[in-house]
Amino acid sequence: MIPELGQFALILALLLAIAQGVLPIVGAWRGNAALMAVARPAAIGQAIFVSAAMAILIYAFLSFDFSVVFVADNSNLALPWYYRVTAVWGAHEGSMLLWVFILNVWTVALAAFSRHLPQPFVARVLGVLGWLAVGFLAFILFTSNPFLRELPMPADGGDLNPVLQDPGMTFHPPVLYMGYVGFSVAFAFSIAALLGGELEQAWVRWARPWTNVAWAFLTGGIVAGSWWAYAELGWGGWWFWDPVENASFMPWLVGVALIHAQAVTEKRGSLPAWTVLLSLFAFSLSLLGTFLVRSGVLTSVHAFASDPRRGLYILGFLIVVIGGSLALYAVRAPKVAGGKPFAVLSRETAIMVANLLFATAAAMVLLGTLFPLIGDALNLGKISVGPPYFGFLFVLLMAPVVLLLPFGPYLRWGRGEGKSLTTVALRAGIAAVICAVAGWFFADGRLRAIAGIAGAAWVAVGTLSYVAKRWREMPRGRRFPAEMAGMLLAHFGVAVFLMGVMLSESLSIERDTRLAPGQTETIGGYTFRFDGVQESAGPNWQGDQGVVTVMRDGATVHVMHPQKRVYTRGQVQTESSIDAGVFRDLYVALGEPMDAAHVDGPWALRLYYKPFIRWIWLGGLFMTLGGFVAAGERRFRAKRAAAANQVVPA
Amino acid sequence: MRRALLLLAALFFAGACLAQAIQPLPFRDHAEEVRFQKLSAQLRCPMCQNETLADSNAPIAHDLRMKIFELMQAGKSDDEIKAYLVERYSKFVLYQPPVEPGTWLLWFGPGVLLIAGATVVWIQVRRRSRMAADTALPPADSEDDW
Amino acid sequence: MTRLLPLFAFLLLAALFGFGIWYNTKHDQQEIVSPLIDRAAPDFDLPVLGDNSRRVTKASLLGKPYLLNVFGSWCIECVHEHPVLMNEARALGVTLVGYNYKDDPADASAWIAKHGNPFDVIVADRDGRGALDFGVYGAPETFLVDAHGFIRYKHVGPLTPDDLAREIRPAIDALRRENR
Repeated sequence: MIPELGQFALILALLLAIAQGVLPIVGAWRGNAALMAVARPAAIGQAIFVSAAMAILIYAFLSFDFSVVFVADNSNLALPWYYRVTAVWGAHEGSMLLWVFILNVWTVALAAFSRHLPQPFVARVLGVLGWLAVGFLAFILFTSNPFLRELPMPADGGDLNPVLQDPGMTFHPPVLYMGYVGFSVAFAFSIAALLGGELEQAWVRWARPWTNVAWAFLTGGIVAGSWWAYAELGWGGWWFWDPVENASFMPWLVGVALIHAQAVTEKRGSLPAWTVLLSLFAFSLSLLGTFLVRSGVLTSVHAFASDPRRGLYILGFLIVVIGGSLALYAVRAPKVAGGKPFAVLSRETAIMVANLLFATAAAMVLLGTLFPLIGDALNLGKISVGPPYFGFLFVLLMAPVVLLLPFGPYLRWGRGEGKSLTTVALRAGIAAVICAVAGWFFADGRLRAIAGIAGAAWVAVGTLSYVAKRWREMPRGRRFPAEMAGMLLAHFGVAVFLMGVMLSESLSIERDTRLAPGQTETIGGYTFRFDGVQESAGPNWQGDQGVVTVMRDGATVHVMHPQKRVYTRGQVQTESSIDAGVFRDLYVALGEPMDAAHVDGPWALRLYYKPFIRWIWLGGLFMTLGGFVAAGERRFRAKRAAAANQVVPA
Repeated sequence: MRRALLLLAALFFAGACLAQAIQPLPFRDHAEEVRFQKLSAQLRCPMCQNETLADSNAPIAHDLRMKIFELMQAGKSDDEIKAYLVERYSKFVLYQPPVEPGTWLLWFGPGVLLIAGATVVWIQVRRRSRMAADTALPPADSEDDW
Repeated sequence: MTRLLPLFAFLLLAALFGFGIWYNTKHDQQEIVSPLIDRAAPDFDLPVLGDNSRRVTKASLLGKPYLLNVFGSWCIECVHEHPVLMNEARALGVTLVGYNYKDDPADASAWIAKHGNPFDVIVADRDGRGALDFGVYGAPETFLVDAHGFIRYKHVGPLTPDDLAREIRPAIDALRRENR
């Protein structure tokens, strides 16, 4: 009975979403305040019913209701309660429900924090979000119903994919979806602006905090996913250029471009059409990612059970949403290239160049991800496009970004800047050279590591020298407005990230080895002694646990316990053991006994020494923090009257 | 003993694409080990199709790694080893598609896009900077500050 | 005009996705088209399963077309495929060669004893090294080799009666016409 209530709640949510999509937009068109006023209550009502459905699905998992197919497929009696909760987004149907739930979180937040915006504008924005909810709720109800029953009820269920039974998986999908779905707000704002025409030029200012927060969540979600892959997939890698990762990375890249373009449009009135287009792209790419992952057109690590019916539905939805919005753009986009004039060496130019590079990078990732499909279409045979392609072109495209980064804060709006650019280039350049020389000895001449150290020093010193300048020149309290602080944090994060990537990629040592108990293997100055294998068990698995003592200079550094688990339903999972550190990670994974008949004999082990790998995620966290801090800018919350004087018609 | 067999059996059937591959090989020196790791990371496993040959635990990946190792020991170059695999398993195994007419779009598309975009940016900047030269710019004010 | 560019680009993309959905209903994503088709089968020299003193080579099979079926006792799909080999495939009128892949001979013999033997001869490739030359990457896989020792057709995954009727029988008929 209770699962049926969940389905009923989804149907009611769908009806409210339709009301939210139709009435406020008609109201805004006709100037009818009563119709526009429907938007908020409809949004809140929809959110209540979707939350109820979510709660009912969680309850079904917690109460072992195996009559629900989705529950029976993805959990069993032995699965601990916390993984039964996260199992909700462990497979297709539930993760779509999470998608809609998060769309509702954003919608309710928008309904609550938009009182200072003009009513017709808010009505249109909520209306657009309503239509998105209609699309996804109908998708769930018609093709992916998580409440579907099967009788007779099985005595026990299947299992949650073991790689998802990890703390990283508890928050990676929700945070990532907060980012993905968060771009729907910028999308809805720009659609509302296109519908509203000239009246809503201030929309960019209103959209900025929402875009920043969504981008920050997306960054955090990608960081969490990368860390999870490193710890849980057991390959010691942190990024695979897999279609699913690319699906989240493309909106991220466009998001970077969008955040910067919004700044130009808001402050100087330039690039209005481009900013609208990027808002449409960012969310379109999020939807596209959903399509790619769930339609089965591309093979992927995380591929959800594919079903051509779902693929067709999402494709239809994409055509309506993306095609429709791009058609609207073609008709209504600002015709005049408005905005104030600017000199060659101005911040506008720099941001345009950065936008070009990030947009090209996103296009490159899209092309590479889809090329196997293009290969099929053009009958070129089965083609693989992987890390060697993406890595190479991405580095080429991002090298100029790194080179230009220190100058960004020094450049001024409109006017050309000369003298201070030379100063910062000199300072950052000297720092880079010194660090490169130091790195020559530290990394014994490995070019990639040296380039990484020099690049990181270049960006870090350039950014910090601007911090020092503000500190010296500005009075207290006016030194670092939130927007600027966020920008500086994120730029500094690039330096940290760069250091992590280049050093860990070039200096990591990986060794597959066979060790009998008592034998040792030394890599990176650390001696790993294998002390044998014990039996080990958890709530829903049993397996082998190796004991590996790590020593350096005769002293014990850490005792590591890599595991090989067999879960209730027979799935095997390698659980690596990691000794994390600021300057290096040690990583041990357990293979199989060399001779299956002698578990007391030698075993296969994989050992890693990974210097600076944590800096990759640390850099990502700086960027995440930067995004959140920038969103707190006081100016963004200004009333409309104050905002209006910023926009200069062409 | 039974436990280990259980593990192996489970490995063969269910988890082949999930578990990770660990295969100690007797390399001559560290340079050869690094060369092997780099090469096998650029190749795609034909069975577990989203894993590299370096990572995959599919039985075929074990055999192919062994073969790559032997070819290396026999003094074959990376290109020769790739050609060996392509001959048998097609270009699918190469994560880096070769540059040939069929892949020109893939390899040069982004460059063409970049040049086209750079042209647009250049035209825009020139037009605006001429406007900037014509209109006297206001001195630094608080808005210009940030 | 430039305002319409994004829309056109997207429509192109949508067409590609539509193609992708259609293409995937027709093709198995996991299947790699073998580059060996219409080329000479690799040389091999393998012992007969259960009788190491007898060996089968590529040369010894020349003269008549044959189906080479890669199987193993560890292979779950092979069990599903086996009845097709037992019933329909024997009626094809070509030699059936079993290629026992990465298997323990005792397990393989027991498996054959349990499920029946459709093959005219079974060769054992215990360590799977010979299979690399055939581009085998799993089991079951089936090759059609013509009388001159050329690979003419390859099927990846379990054979169904439908596959036999629609792919393999026409391929064999074509071989017969060539030889006439």
